[in-house]
Amino acid sequence: MDILKRHKILPGFGLTLGYTVFYMSFILLIPLMVLFLKTASLSWEQFWGIVATPRVLAAFRLSIGASIISALINSIFGLMIAWVLTRYSFPGKKLMDSLIDLPFAMPTAVAGIALTSIYSSNGWVGRFLEPLGVKVAFAPLGVIIALTFIGLPFVVRTVQPVLEDFEKEIEEAAASLGASRGQTFLRVIFPTLIPSWLTGFTLAFSRALGEYGSVVFISGNMPMRTEIVPLLIITKLEQFEYSGATAIAVVMLVLSFLLLLLINLGQWWNRKRYFVMKDVKSDVN
Amino acid sequence: MSINPLTKQSITVQPTSVTESVGVRWLMIGISFIFIGLFLILPLVAVFGQAFVKGLCAYFDAIRQPDTFAAIRLTLVTAAITVPLNLIFGVTAAWAISKFEFWGKNILLTLIDLPFAISPVVSGLIYVLLFGRQGWLWPWLSEHNIKIVFAVPGIVLATILVTFPFIARELIPLMQAQGDEEEEAALVLGANGWQTFFRVTLPNIKWGLLYGVILCNARAMGEFGAVSVVSGHIRGLTNTIPLQVEILYNEYNFTASFAVASLLALLGLVTLAVKSFVEWKTAH
Repeated sequence: MDILKRHKILPGFGLTLGYTVFYMSFILLIPLMVLFLKTASLSWEQFWGIVATPRVLAAFRLSIGASIISALINSIFGLMIAWVLTRYSFPGKKLMDSLIDLPFAMPTAVAGIALTSIYSSNGWVGRFLEPLGVKVAFAPLGVIIALTFIGLPFVVRTVQPVLEDFEKEIEEAAASLGASRGQTFLRVIFPTLIPSWLTGFTLAFSRALGEYGSVVFISGNMPMRTEIVPLLIITKLEQFEYSGATAIAVVMLVLSFLLLLLINLGQWWNRKRYFVMKDVKSDVN
Repeated sequence: MSINPLTKQSITVQPTSVTESVGVRWLMIGISFIFIGLFLILPLVAVFGQAFVKGLCAYFDAIRQPDTFAAIRLTLVTAAITVPLNLIFGVTAAWAISKFEFWGKNILLTLIDLPFAISPVVSGLIYVLLFGRQGWLWPWLSEHNIKIVFAVPGIVLATILVTFPFIARELIPLMQAQGDEEEEAALVLGANGWQTFFRVTLPNIKWGLLYGVILCNARAMGEFGAVSVVSGHIRGLTNTIPLQVEILYNEYNFTASFAVASLLALLGLVTLAVKSFVEWKTAH
């Protein structure tokens, strides 16, 4: 056993790693580099001239704002759904659990037209909101609704496994020491959920920021009002403003990289806490 | 064994301290159902409701349009190229990452996640910048009369880029959890690398692999943003099913649009069913 551990006898390391790196360079890395090189050919003034226009800034404000709000909605309801799915038993639980992944499996364009038909002024929900003066379709609220749909699974699926592994004994200890249910949740359960909860929020936010298909139908795409950044990139491309599209895309990419870094840090933090918890538990046992 | 009676006792002594009251419980279940009903079930019902609103005949007439047929054919071709390529990539990447330790492994894992973080529109754009009329390779491509952007190869490339993480992401945690004792045993007993993979590893990962393939396929057939940038929207030639849905919708041909969309929604439901099946299978 010792010999096996020291010298890996499994074959195929060079072949599989080589192919993985080759495939990813060809599909992803080289094209990405072209995007950055293309932007590098712009001067700073040209770059700012493209990015700091009112229309682009309005699109960024909408994209970032709506993504934050939808991610917040999903963190609250996602936490609740994860809780309900791990702690309670009720009819329809299995169905609810498998439906959560629908936004992963359903194409975005399909979700887009479906949400638009529901929330337009004569739609199933829109007709009740219209008399109240609430306009969803072709308004910023519609963007938030579409992004909430897209980001729904993330918080549920990141929090759920941590809740499932949470040891009931710890809660019982808190309760037997006199903590109320609210105190137990806030002081004992919630702190262990924070890393996964924040990771779920960031994942939902990151997905929402780049989303295109589900938003373009419901938003109405009015410049300055309901135009999101990915749509602006496509508009620029259709007008053959390649440098404009590239400059905006680079800003989006840098944002994506930062979010990816945050997500990785979150997962690392999560794993650290998680394993510390497990170690404590195995010590106790 | 001696701890069990104690914990049981503490539950019976203070039941409200280790779980919520019945009222709170049902309130939270109710809110969850309303939220999921509003955001997930209603859109799903809307797709099928709108598709069949004018009856079965209108539904099948909408799907039988030549342009829609061409879109379905292109989507099937795209998926038939994309899924096998990403399957080979997924298995090799998972083998390298889960079976070996090497420098830069975390960087590689992050790079595999990159398509999840990048906007699909940006994914499409990078191919336009590389192969398009303003692109670096355009002079060479036009000299040799090769069309990539606004043609089928561009659509396939964009789809590969957006969907390549799915199978790898499904397999890596699975293969890491399984360790490599079984593979080592097979090798010690005289199997070669391929035999070990096909007789030992593959049977262990087959259900996860199945779900990865189905999910990758659903995303490949449904990809909209990236494909929209590179396709050029040429009717009957470079329109995939989601793009056909968009065109029909923008022409106010709602019934036809939802009818075509219902095909993709059905694919999504099948994907979810396979996921549940795989989870049930791995639990048993």
